Amino acid sequence: MSLHQQSIAELRGMLDRREVSSVELAQHFLARIKAHDPALNSFISVTEDEALKAALAADHRIAAGHAEPLTGIPLAHKDIFCTLGVKTSCGSRMLDNFVAPYNATVVERLNQAGTVMLGKLNMDEFAMGSTSESSFYGPTKNPWDLSAVPGGSSGGSAAALAAGLTPLATGTDTGGSIRQPAAYCGVTGLKPTYGRVSRFGMIAYASSLDQGGPMARSAEDCAWLLKAMAGFDALDSTCSEQPVEDYTAKLGEDVAGLTIGLPREYFGEGLDGEVARAIDEAVAEFRRLGAEVREVSLPNSELAIPAYYVIAPAEASSNLSRFDGVRFGHRCEAPKDLVDLYERSRAEGFGSEVKRRIMIGAYALSSGYYDAYYLKAQRIRRLIADDFRRVLSEVDVIMGPVAPHVAPDLGTSLKDPVAMYLSDIYTVPVNLAGLPAMSIPAGFAHGRPVGLQIIGRAFDEARLLNIAHRFQQATDWHRQIPAAFA
Amino acid sequence: MIAPSEVKKIARLARLAIDEAEVARYAQDLSGILDLVERMNQADTQGVEPMAHPLDMAQRLRPDAVTETNQRELFQLNAPAVENGLFLVPKVIE
Repeated sequence: MSLHQQSIAELRGMLDRREVSSVELAQHFLARIKAHDPALNSFISVTEDEALKAALAADHRIAAGHAEPLTGIPLAHKDIFCTLGVKTSCGSRMLDNFVAPYNATVVERLNQAGTVMLGKLNMDEFAMGSTSESSFYGPTKNPWDLSAVPGGSSGGSAAALAAGLTPLATGTDTGGSIRQPAAYCGVTGLKPTYGRVSRFGMIAYASSLDQGGPMARSAEDCAWLLKAMAGFDALDSTCSEQPVEDYTAKLGEDVAGLTIGLPREYFGEGLDGEVARAIDEAVAEFRRLGAEVREVSLPNSELAIPAYYVIAPAEASSNLSRFDGVRFGHRCEAPKDLVDLYERSRAEGFGSEVKRRIMIGAYALSSGYYDAYYLKAQRIRRLIADDFRRVLSEVDVIMGPVAPHVAPDLGTSLKDPVAMYLSDIYTVPVNLAGLPAMSIPAGFAHGRPVGLQIIGRAFDEARLLNIAHRFQQATDWHRQIPAAFA
Repeated sequence: MIAPSEVKKIARLARLAIDEAEVARYAQDLSGILDLVERMNQADTQGVEPMAHPLDMAQRLRPDAVTETNQRELFQLNAPAVENGLFLVPKVIE
């Protein structure tokens, strides 16, 4: 098996037995990026020199006997995470010239763990989008079908993993941005509980919803990555002090007796028939593994998208007010006064989807509309969170599709933003409730990958990873590789 | 449908310059999104406490102590225009 098809545990063993060096591993993936990324556009920056330097340091650390589980393992970061001395664009013209002066906590922790950063991954501009087509750096393509989108906003992460250009990637998920691209590209992704992973240095979109998480080709690999990412950080005041579990310790546990709830609202009108069939087969596999399946109801689900498109844009309009053309980021030519400087720098620096969301947010928060929009949305958010709380007191986990259909063709989504927004119907409620959820490969529909979503109780990441791992021991959907990238 | 004058007002609030030619498109897009958002009105939320944050936790406070060192030069490397450690902007007061 080639190096890019090995699991993290296998790579760890090879590094420890000196069957491969970290430098050789980095070179292998850098060569694959060079060969394959021109077709995919999954990377915004490739940091070859830094990678080889970090790999050499990792080899010394391994030789000295101080290796941690991820020492010497290559990875790539979504370009939303600040990386000291390396361009951090967030997929935007606004930050095309921005070299981060510090590391995000996630980046810092993974550097300390000895990982080797290969580069920064493409994404929808400021993480606002479901297709990765809104990037200033052009769209990323889906390795399974170059005429399809990889999903978004962490589309670069998912595409690079599916094509074997990196064994691990970070992502962020505000309304589905880890799970949906993972589903569209046939890889595994976990959105942790809100507060599980530090948001420090992760460029903010909607602060009460944003959460960073691991993406990989299996649940086991995600467990290794999450273990190194998660945990309290004094630099993020919303980061949880809850102790971090050993996510790899429970991976072998049996799932017999597990209770699974299937929300009837996730299997209704609008769900593609072939996607539904793949999900049904995945659930049947869990039955064979001894799980008990029952129907449940999340009655307020369809209110989630409307509420999200108030809360997220409202928070975005506030967060993105920092981009003013004064301290960092894009500045327009020859401003005639300060307001002109602000207005033209922002108009030129932001793309149309970002501008739409900023304007919706500004409108919802403007005088006279606050109660009707923002407060109303926050009340609905409580109804949705209460639905999950009730159901998750009756079952251990909730399962369903990640998205109502498979990856759409490139160029078909951005024309009708509202239709694109509605495709996040199964992922957005989870962010509103702050719960952890995974997407794991569950077969194909119309020749493109399908993702099974597993939603759990707050801080139940270890259970989700174990459940996903058991499924992956029994199936080989996660081992499928697009032929052009074998 | 949002009126063109409203679009211009929102753009001004958001400090986004928009061309006259873009106003109609924004009016259409924003109206479409607001129609989606209006679906919230199907829900009876009387007496429901607004939820601002996914975890019912109190905001953590830190001691009011100096913990950071001055890194002005480093941070200003990203600034479009600086002089003597100050950010330059067009003249505000004549």
